[in-house]
Amino acid sequence: MALRDLTAAQQLAALAAGETTSLELVDAHLAAVDADPVQAFLAVDADGARARAREIDALPERPPLGGVPIAIKDALSTRDIVTTSGSRMLEGFRPVYTATCVDRLEAAGAIVLGKTNMDEFAMGSSTENSAYQNTLNPWDHERVPGGSSGGSAASVAERQVPWSLGSDTGGSIRQPASLCGIVGMKPTYGAISRYGLIAFASSLDQVGPFARTVEDAALLLRHMVGRDPMDSTSLDWPGEITVPTATDLAGVRVGVVDELMGEGVEPGVRAAVEASLGVMEDLGATVVPVSLPSALSGLATYYVIAPAECSSNLARFDGIRYGHPIPADNLLDQYELTRGELFGPEVKRRIMLGTFALASGYYDQYYGRAQRLRTLIVREFAEAFSGVDLLASPTSPTVAFPLGDRTADPYAMYMADVCTIPVSLAGLPAISLPCGLADGLPVGLQLAGPAFSENRLLDAAHAVEGALAFDTRPPGLMT
Amino acid sequence: MLGYSPPPMIDESTVRHVARLARLRLSPEEEQVMQQELSGILGHIDAITSMDLDGVPPTTHVIALENVLRADVPRDSLPREEALREAPDVVDDSFGVPRMD
Repeated sequence: MALRDLTAAQQLAALAAGETTSLELVDAHLAAVDADPVQAFLAVDADGARARAREIDALPERPPLGGVPIAIKDALSTRDIVTTSGSRMLEGFRPVYTATCVDRLEAAGAIVLGKTNMDEFAMGSSTENSAYQNTLNPWDHERVPGGSSGGSAASVAERQVPWSLGSDTGGSIRQPASLCGIVGMKPTYGAISRYGLIAFASSLDQVGPFARTVEDAALLLRHMVGRDPMDSTSLDWPGEITVPTATDLAGVRVGVVDELMGEGVEPGVRAAVEASLGVMEDLGATVVPVSLPSALSGLATYYVIAPAECSSNLARFDGIRYGHPIPADNLLDQYELTRGELFGPEVKRRIMLGTFALASGYYDQYYGRAQRLRTLIVREFAEAFSGVDLLASPTSPTVAFPLGDRTADPYAMYMADVCTIPVSLAGLPAISLPCGLADGLPVGLQLAGPAFSENRLLDAAHAVEGALAFDTRPPGLMT
Repeated sequence: MLGYSPPPMIDESTVRHVARLARLRLSPEEEQVMQQELSGILGHIDAITSMDLDGVPPTTHVIALENVLRADVPRDSLPREEALREAPDVVDDSFGVPRMD
């Protein structure tokens, strides 16, 4: 078996047994990163990764993440490694500090191989809004990997790395995980520090892991959670993230969200999700229908709140402290020319939408009402969780769509996140795991739980994963 | 449906006004496309303007937190040369900007 085919846990075991070294692992994965047939990477730090691997191999005792390679979404700052967030606005930008979550993983022994492609400033569901390149779906190079963390998802599916980091605002980890046939998790809002995550919508943004197994996702999560003095919304984590071991779902009550199984869900997706619900029953779960009446209003709510926050967050990109200004005679002209020239079409659309929703005369009608609708959605989830332990739905209503299919219709692209957005608005944890194929393309099952239920979610996902035995290896993957 | 109102039309002058607020210079072609696209998106999200939300308070933060304070202890900040490292125009150890009219 090639080193690239090992999960992170298997790589850790091989390191512990002295069967391989971190340098061997880094070199094996760097070969795949250099070839990059799916165009997942924007920057590669080969020299830094090899140097770090040698350091770790020389330690008397291996750190917990042992010198296993990882890829990082380009939305996360990495000191001295170019970080663009997929935008021309940050072309060549070398951050002066590293995001807390990346710092923590490196301190635990993870080795950063490089930065992965994404929709510009994390706005999109196909990674086609990257200012630099398209990333291809490892299962079918004519199709999108999902987004916005498409590069991170594709790099794990393509086995360029065993695991990676993404960020999820309305589905940007779960949806690409679903489309690429891997595991992706968005933790409870506040679980992981956002310090060093280039902000999109601060009340929604969360960092989370991609991996090919639930166990690997748990291992990464375990080393990232907890309060950070640099992010006042980060939370003290109750207890610790445990490595999931459950093999059944005895006594677990699973609610199937009616509203997210209806119109707009492809038949093949619905069939795969329904089959996995049957598997959950076989594992001992009680599966019942649940209604979240406002769930489908989530999309509209989100497309007011997220652009409003984005229009405020992206005000910082003015070409003064970093970046590449378009010179003008006075400051206002320089701001307008620089931002008009260097932001891509989707980012400008969202800034305009958000500025409009916050503008005098429209605020109460849009932003104010969206915030109140958000309360209804939060309440409906709370009510649902008084009767069930987990909520199940498709992660994405469709399998991976062809490149270029939705770029001309912004709202069709927004629909890709219809199942993931309600959970985001409620700040709850959710995991997507591959549950089958439709027309040869992966389908994702989304499981969501109450705040801080990560351990229970991971255990349930682990049990389902074991029973489904989905093969994460894309057909035709080169070895 | 009761309370239904047609989607708001965003006219060109609104597009220009919002672009100015957002500090975005748009070409005339971009303004036209933006007017169509924003009107289309607002048509989809307009349903929220007619829903019954009486008595529902707004959510500003999903996880209840008390005020988060830090100890009032001085600590090192970013060295000046690092803060200026990526700046396109450095003037006298500061960020340079064009004049303001």
